[in-house]
Amino acid sequence: MGIPHTQSFGITLPNSIGHYPLGDQALVLSFGDGISEAVNARVRQVASHIDSWSQPGIIEYVPAYTTITIYYSPFTITYNKLLSAIQTIVQDMTELQEYKGVRKEIPVCYNGPDLAYVAQYHGLSEQEVVRIHSEGEYLVYMLGFVPGFPYLGGMDSRIATPRKEVPRLKIEAGAVGIAGQQTGVYPIATPGGWQIIGHTPLQLFDLTQENPSLLEAGDRVAFIPITYDEFVQLKTKGNGH
Amino acid sequence: MGIKVVKAGMLTTVQDLGRYGLQRYGMPVSGAMDSYALRLGNSILENPDNEAAIECTVMGPTIYFEQEQLIAVTGADLSPTIDGNPLPMWKPVPVEAGSLISFGRRNFGCRAYICFQGGLDIPEILGSRSTYSKGQIGGWKGRSLQEGDKIAFRRYYVGKEEAFHWAVDPNLYPDLATTVIRVMEGPQFAGFESEAQKSFFSDVFTISNNSDRMGYRLTSKPLRLTAQKELLSTAVTFGSIQVPPDGNPIILMADHPTTGGYPLIAQVATIDLPLLAQKGPNDHISFERISLDEAHNLLKKQHAQLKKLKSAIALKYE
Repeated sequence: MGIPHTQSFGITLPNSIGHYPLGDQALVLSFGDGISEAVNARVRQVASHIDSWSQPGIIEYVPAYTTITIYYSPFTITYNKLLSAIQTIVQDMTELQEYKGVRKEIPVCYNGPDLAYVAQYHGLSEQEVVRIHSEGEYLVYMLGFVPGFPYLGGMDSRIATPRKEVPRLKIEAGAVGIAGQQTGVYPIATPGGWQIIGHTPLQLFDLTQENPSLLEAGDRVAFIPITYDEFVQLKTKGNGH
Repeated sequence: MGIKVVKAGMLTTVQDLGRYGLQRYGMPVSGAMDSYALRLGNSILENPDNEAAIECTVMGPTIYFEQEQLIAVTGADLSPTIDGNPLPMWKPVPVEAGSLISFGRRNFGCRAYICFQGGLDIPEILGSRSTYSKGQIGGWKGRSLQEGDKIAFRRYYVGKEEAFHWAVDPNLYPDLATTVIRVMEGPQFAGFESEAQKSFFSDVFTISNNSDRMGYRLTSKPLRLTAQKELLSTAVTFGSIQVPPDGNPIILMADHPTTGGYPLIAQVATIDLPLLAQKGPNDHISFERISLDEAHNLLKKQHAQLKKLKSAIALKYE
């Protein structure tokens, strides 16, 4: 389990990078197992190269924790041709430019309905939960689930809290929550079982922007505590991002 | 001026071929469930393949034409009518101002497409006119059509002909009575018990009522993994067949989330996505294994047929 069936297609990639098809219009590159900043950094490195690639037949690519899925048009390029093109890219990883993540600050008003529960669960004060949550720096491993939703890593285990037993029918856009070892921000209103500890006035997915997503995979996120008044001010300013 | 929605129907949305390029930000592709019916409809009208049309689901809408337009209805046979008379499918049909298009009994398939020559006057959002209802993005105001909605045409139609005496060869479109869906093994196929691997290709699966544009839930004998293991989220696509811990597979459809964490037992070949899109609750399907090469060859054959069809249609309009 976990290790995909190996179809060699006559080509092996260097640096123990695995590959396998996802249907007839996608190729998956696999860089390792398990959540690790080092593996994800290699994903970013190759993804940023693919981003500036002029290879015909590439539709788009989706980086994840340990994989990059490349969507291609089979009318323009074959699986094997795409694979040999990738082979030349990953031949010498050290020659690829290292990916430098951008630090992005997300202001949060820590007024979530579950803040008291999270504090109580760990025998901490609410202020301590806020301090621990806002002291950390979080890596955006990937985006998915709904538009603009970041899978963040690096939360302090002292505030890790199980999901709610009965999910809420509606969590507002901008809600900042904790689910087990994860923390995240809801970009759009959706049902969910996360423990909501605060809200950000920022729009994580904004259709009026050329790049609608505030965050990119590889970014580093810091949560900055703000007061409710500041929250209202920022919200009414219609901050774009 | 254009059309006015008199009755909304069950789920009536504006769709083109989908929104590409933003999946890495979590933005689903959406687009027509049966992209081949949409392509054929657009080809009949000499529209670009990607022109947006109205996708009707099971119970079609009633639409009033405030203005004359050339249309084509393709996909499922939901008994379309024009002013009470049968509306012929798979061919250009001039509709006069003041006409009413309606749908009746569902004969074959689930999704019909009303294509308009020159398209509908709807802005592109992030490069597409497709409706992603859950995110309230794109299409007509980010939602399915409702009674009273008025959508303008992008181009006037000045009818030259009373009627068109040709239609597309029905053999170009899949036989919707087919129940076999061709698939390739998924990345985690080997992780399933040999019993599950066998029954996946021999059992009959029922599409449950709890199925929509996001995914089809299937029921049969549960499919078990040799060992349950948490997988990390990774990209999934239209036609990915994932198996959650309860063992009942879910086929991801046009509005699927961009990423998922369940093991994928198989992946529907692109050639059969339109056929699958025409299946609905309580329909039975089974799966047949094909290779990646076969899947590509089938697509290329269809691509060539469509190209030929377009040249033939170009001559008709001359």
